[in-house]
Amino acid sequence: MSDDIQTLIDRLPRLGEAVVVTLELTIGGAILAAIVALLLGFGSRTRSLWVRGPSRVVVEFFRGTSLVVQLFWIYYVLPAFGYEMQALAVGIVALGLNYGAYGSEVVRGSIASVPKGQWEATTALNMSWFHKVRRVIFPQAWALMIPMLTNLLIQLLKGSALAAYITLHDVNYWTDQLRRATNDVFFSYTAGLLVYFAIAYLLTWGMNWLEERAKRRLGRGTKKPSLREALRVKPDVGSESITARGSAV
Amino acid sequence: MTTSTGETPAIEFRDVTKRFGDNVVLDGLNFSVPQGQRITLIGPSGSGKTTILRLLMTLEELSGGLILIDGDPYTHEYKGEKWVKVPEKRRRVVRNRVGMVFQQFNLFPNMSVLENIIESPVHVLGKSKDEAVADAERLLDKVGMSEKRDFNTNELSGGQQQRVAIARALAMDPEILLLDEVTSALDPEIVADVLGVLKEIADTTDITMLLVTHEMQFAREVSDRVLMFDKGQIVEETDPETMFTNPSHPRTQEFLKAVLG
Repeated sequence: MSDDIQTLIDRLPRLGEAVVVTLELTIGGAILAAIVALLLGFGSRTRSLWVRGPSRVVVEFFRGTSLVVQLFWIYYVLPAFGYEMQALAVGIVALGLNYGAYGSEVVRGSIASVPKGQWEATTALNMSWFHKVRRVIFPQAWALMIPMLTNLLIQLLKGSALAAYITLHDVNYWTDQLRRATNDVFFSYTAGLLVYFAIAYLLTWGMNWLEERAKRRLGRGTKKPSLREALRVKPDVGSESITARGSAV
Repeated sequence: MTTSTGETPAIEFRDVTKRFGDNVVLDGLNFSVPQGQRITLIGPSGSGKTTILRLLMTLEELSGGLILIDGDPYTHEYKGEKWVKVPEKRRRVVRNRVGMVFQQFNLFPNMSVLENIIESPVHVLGKSKDEAVADAERLLDKVGMSEKRDFNTNELSGGQQQRVAIARALAMDPEILLLDEVTSALDPEIVADVLGVLKEIADTTDITMLLVTHEMQFAREVSDRVLMFDKGQIVEETDPETMFTNPSHPRTQEFLKAVLG
């Protein structure tokens, strides 16, 4: 065991690099997913069939196919068509499109649950569509969607572990290297679990903070969140916990 | 397009039809409202009163006919020998002249009272923030809500929210104000406050007003003309005095008897 720990300590610098790769995948994927989710979420709400149709097709396609197959497809098949990307970019694109498709349902549902009267008031005040959405509708929908987006973000983080199979040296890869070095399955995979859990915990903490802030802006937050509330692993979502359930792989 | 006095009417409905599926709510309706006139629409529910206001606010699309505001095409215009929809960009120019207060207030919960009021004057009319705030404070004073300036909207009672909503509509400096059952969602003891505010606005401005209300006493005090609707048609149209004391149409007599008891 002490040998294991010595090996782990020797490999800490590489863990740092691996965490950076995992975070790049997660945050890059999340940013792309947010863009995709907004575009498809709003796209599937428009009256124009030319926008709504393709939006639905993209959502159904990415939700309906396996992330690992998408990853391999973009990494191995797409170069045959002349589109070659670095492994990190491939990871970000696959994660972003996949979770963006799930996210679009969250966006669509949350926008739909903003009362119709709010849209009517924005029309009565003669706002442009973009102005309505940016200043009135989205801020209200945002507070509703954060708990569901938190779930997706955590799933995206865990989904990023697949990137090790397209040569990326992320936390999953580091864990595997630790196993080879120590020859101790229990020790190395437990270390891997703890690292993922720590990252997930930090992300949840950040999202809880965003949620409290959004609620306070709507005047629904009770007070500034205490550290303990913010650090809760499970956000208090109550009846809002209609999760966009999806498998990571 | 002109009335007998030669002035362009503030609002003109021409052959307006509105259908929801198979349900015909308005059927070839024609009427106009002279500048500055206060009109109350009465009639049983489902008679199309609220639909008229919603069409004027472009919350619904017409099924047929057209609406002109100050003689300007608002919903449709004649182009290339046929009637076509007015594009949103030009419709917005005309829509600036129309404001609306809703039954359910519809204040924006993500903004304070003041922010609710200045949002559109700043971002739609292009007023400076200082000017918009000064106007908003004047209006809040007028509706008796100055102290709540920085409150969250959900800290206010229904009556207070409605007064803010009235200030918000007035901040856009509308020529036409649509009031859609604005006291129907309020507790009885609050109704008088809100009606008092509206009465003062009616007395101190020359805004053209269209109101749908069940407050017959109020309608009698502020309106110049009352239109009785039934099944999407105007069945009687007269001054409030005559309408409430001596209506001629049997449907009006029946309706007023039911409402006034």
